[in-house]
Amino acid sequence: MITLRNVHKSFGGQKVLDGLDLDIPAGQITAIIGPSGEGKSVLLKHLIGLLQPDSGTVEVDGESIVDLRRSELNRIREKFGMLFQNVALFDSMTVFENVAFPLQEKTSLAKEEIRSRVVSALEDVGLKNIENKFPDELSGGMKKRVGLARAVVLKPKIILFDEPTTGLDPIIKRAIHELIRDTHAKFGFTAVIVTHEIPDIFDVAQNIAMLFRGRILQHGTPDDIKNSSDPAIRQFISGSLDGPIRMV
Amino acid sequence: MVQALGHATIALVRDLGRAGWFLLYSCYMIVRRPGSLVHVLKQLRFIGTKSLFVIVLTAGFTGMVLGLQGYYTLAKFGSEGMLGTAVALSLIRELGPVLAALMVTGRAGSAITAEIGIMRITEQIDALETMALDPFKYLVTPKFIAAMISLPLLCAIFDVIGIYGGWLVGVKLLGVNPGAYFYEMEKSVVWRDVYSGFVKSFSFGLIIAWIGCYKGYYAGHGAEGVAKATTESVVLTSVIILVWDYFLTSVLL
Repeated sequence: MITLRNVHKSFGGQKVLDGLDLDIPAGQITAIIGPSGEGKSVLLKHLIGLLQPDSGTVEVDGESIVDLRRSELNRIREKFGMLFQNVALFDSMTVFENVAFPLQEKTSLAKEEIRSRVVSALEDVGLKNIENKFPDELSGGMKKRVGLARAVVLKPKIILFDEPTTGLDPIIKRAIHELIRDTHAKFGFTAVIVTHEIPDIFDVAQNIAMLFRGRILQHGTPDDIKNSSDPAIRQFISGSLDGPIRMV
Repeated sequence: MVQALGHATIALVRDLGRAGWFLLYSCYMIVRRPGSLVHVLKQLRFIGTKSLFVIVLTAGFTGMVLGLQGYYTLAKFGSEGMLGTAVALSLIRELGPVLAALMVTGRAGSAITAEIGIMRITEQIDALETMALDPFKYLVTPKFIAAMISLPLLCAIFDVIGIYGGWLVGVKLLGVNPGAYFYEMEKSVVWRDVYSGFVKSFSFGLIIAWIGCYKGYYAGHGAEGVAKATTESVVLTSVIILVWDYFLTSVLL
């Protein structure tokens, strides 16, 4: 369970999060939707302590992660895996080295065991025989899959996805969404997905929270969001130009 | 106007504090968790071995110029025999450490900033943090250790090649007595000269790694941010090396 209470965050005088409250239930897929530039990625980075709130609290399984010492924060971060928007694979390492890296650094497994876990993690995301390739030799979809393999290889309790399907074609988008759903069903982690993918996300997430003007406008099941009477949510779902959401 | 000055002062103080913290934390990490030997060896190869060519080339021509200039200056006083001393002391005390450091700044310091800067803007550093790993252990401390080992060694090579560059011009081209060249040098150069050169090189290695890593770690956004950080890194490192050299010389002399 991740809990955010009255979280405020500004950059250079510009308010991004403005008294945000959110409860992310354990073991479920929660999607955070909202217009571009509303601070969805900023919110995600608060969940893992990459950003600290100006005020307010962020708790993971009842423990506050605000203003912790690095060693304490790292202890909590061991519960997490993260798939970045631009995947953030280590570009000087091969695919194998990227996926093996967390295992080498965080476990004392033997080389053979690491090899078999990496091959298995790559197979789980539908990749074979690319272990020796470098990230810049892969397509966007393949990079996302490798990033997902790296995020799940330590079997974390919580995985954060920052726009996992941005820039991909509709077929690969669907494949990635199914992959997230299947991996979640297999490992049962808590997933938080920041996305714009309407309506696809309704089939993936069990909870959806709409972020608008620095706060969660509504948090509920996909049906709650689909049937919402809030004009901003209705506009966002329909993709209409008319409504409270203005293009900047 | 006053407000702008105030903002600039606050930004400067914050930047200085952050840079100071970065140096202290890097030193703490060198002692506590210096990183794997493989990472340090990789950096030694990059900062040290790969700088050899430019160091040898610069040292050779610096020594040759010193031989040429020194010969004509000393000839005015009939002291051509002191050429070896003049070349050796100039190189060992001053030019060896400073020029080697400036060459490494241009070649490796800029690359350190660009590498870490690109890792910053592509979220690779964030990825390390989300894995509960300290980026300093993988990216910063190996570079500090390698730079502090490489610079004194490169400086020693610079000194030796430079002395032979001066010998080539002074003895082989201009006819200075070869015995006098080395005898006078041996008589005048004392351990303190060599020691002070190594102390300088060691501290220059620390400065190159410090500014190079720091500027990359806090690089701004996009390609422009990395380009700006790289330029600032080279300029700032060079300036700090020259200023620090003055203070160190005044203490070590």
